[in-house]
Amino acid sequence: MTSTSVDHVEAVDSPRPARMLQAGPLAAALAVALVLALTAAVSLGSVDIPPGEVWSVVARRLTGQTPEAGTRDLIVWQLRVPRALLAGVVGAGLGLVGTAVQALVRNPLADPYLLGISSGASLGAVAAIVLGTTFGLQLSFGSALGLTVSLAAFAGALAAFSLVWLMARRGGGFSPLRLVLAGIGIAQFLGGITSYLVLQTRDEQQTRGVLFWLMGSLGGAVWAQLAVPAVAVALGLALLQARARGLNAMLMGDETAAGLGVDVARLRREVFVVTSVLTGVLVAVSGAIGFVGLMVPHVCRLLLGGDHRRLLPLSALTGALLLVVVDTVARTALDGQELPIGVVTAVLGAPTLLYLLDRRLERS
Amino acid sequence: MRIAVEDLSVALAGRTVLAGVHLVAEEGEIAGLVGPNGSGKSSLLRTVYRHLRPSAGRVLLAGQDLAELRPAQSARHIGALPQERGGDFELTVREVVAMGRTPYKRAFAADDAEDHRITAGALARVGMAAAADRRFSQLSGGERQRVLLARALAQQPAVLVLDEPTNHLDVRHQVELLALLREQRRTTLVALHDLNAAASVCDRLHVLHRGALVASGKPREVLTAELLAEVFGVRAAVVEHPLTGDPLIAFDHRTPVGAVVPAAER
Repeated sequence: MTSTSVDHVEAVDSPRPARMLQAGPLAAALAVALVLALTAAVSLGSVDIPPGEVWSVVARRLTGQTPEAGTRDLIVWQLRVPRALLAGVVGAGLGLVGTAVQALVRNPLADPYLLGISSGASLGAVAAIVLGTTFGLQLSFGSALGLTVSLAAFAGALAAFSLVWLMARRGGGFSPLRLVLAGIGIAQFLGGITSYLVLQTRDEQQTRGVLFWLMGSLGGAVWAQLAVPAVAVALGLALLQARARGLNAMLMGDETAAGLGVDVARLRREVFVVTSVLTGVLVAVSGAIGFVGLMVPHVCRLLLGGDHRRLLPLSALTGALLLVVVDTVARTALDGQELPIGVVTAVLGAPTLLYLLDRRLERS
Repeated sequence: MRIAVEDLSVALAGRTVLAGVHLVAEEGEIAGLVGPNGSGKSSLLRTVYRHLRPSAGRVLLAGQDLAELRPAQSARHIGALPQERGGDFELTVREVVAMGRTPYKRAFAADDAEDHRITAGALARVGMAAAADRRFSQLSGGERQRVLLARALAQQPAVLVLDEPTNHLDVRHQVELLALLREQRRTTLVALHDLNAAASVCDRLHVLHRGALVASGKPREVLTAELLAEVFGVRAAVVEHPLTGDPLIAFDHRTPVGAVVPAAER
């Protein structure tokens, strides 16, 4: 059938749609801010390295010259750059997933961990840490146990995902309510087992390792860890961006989306799979870093409005910027001691959440 | 385009809500669906705009079975105004109307000049052009309905499907919205609660009762005192509207059907 439908709509010329902020300039500003934040992240630490020297080290590496000898190259290129980039990648992923999950369950208070995926990952990771350290293995990124923990976390995420999928599918629909209920149920169940395991830890170092992981950490990031999450975030962005119009329609309701030619059930399944797998990858490399996935979509929506075609890439960019800054604070706020990143995001995030809730109540 | 509903049955969670319904909305005709709550009006409309799937029977759009069309294809011909009224996601009026272009767009495609033109035209059509940059969630009920109608118009549909479009509107906005519908001269399938509005605005009425079609025809033929008593359970007289000449249903709000009719009125 051709689209020769009768068109009685009058032609009226109009300027391009006005919005709260133009997405282009905002994206450019965020990109500049991200480069500055990354520079600061690499520059600051127990040994401060001036930004100029940071870039000269990076430039030597990027142009394939022989890296300079000495500790400066080690600190910049081997320690701080991978960590700053991992913060950016994880932050981008959390911002992206947060935006998509809020559309998926049509609730602006949802976050990436609402669907129970992170509780599965946490259980996997904690089980690996407890078992591994019991056998005397060293826990750090890059070590055999570090890798095992990431793999166990991802396996746990997939297990939780399968359980939530099975529960949400019953009764024939991935309705927002079913997804949330299934997610909360699974999270409670797995969280209980995780708590039990934490109680079984024997020495202080083991407990610290577990708690650090549960609150999220980018500590000890190495280059080898970057590829998987970076590819996952890029792929996730592309897959979600391709569905941005469908997500917009779904905001108005399932019936509206159906009337606009969106296959709602299929879209919801696809977005659930993409966000779950991406959450699993992120949690596997960084633990469950809270509040980023909740705050970032809100901030972006306030600045840009609710259109996902702009919201998805901008929330990735904003998430990257936020987590790079937060991780730098977590590393440098206390002398000689690193804060778990989840502590910093919670201290920033909880007041933000309360403010948003309050604003929401006022409006309705 | 003509819409034909053939032997349509719909089941929700195992319960039959529509059974063997036949009806036709001819090209350019306004076909009204009336019936008490739970009679199946919304389910029928939802099947036409493909939120629900038939458990038996089919819906034909210009002779073609909807089930054979991709959802986006049929959404280029059928524009819907469902009962749900949107949420709180910071969309502007223009963005809501521009959603009507969804069935025409591929993944990653941006809105082009034609989309902007059609969106603006649809807004102008419903008299909401001045509100284009306002937040949708801040509009009044009447304004929202007009914007949602504009979104359906931006689909450039040959067929409009509307579920209780005048619900929660004051009388003036009801009249304006229905006048707007008549102006469209598109094939229209509309569920209406208000029988007098249905009698004035529809070319044909289809009466649903407990999931079955019990009467079809011109409003004057369909809306009889007997039918109103049997299907709607009310006592009413059907008279002529003193201004328009349309059928006017004068309800007896005092006497439930089945009650003893006062001797004075016998």
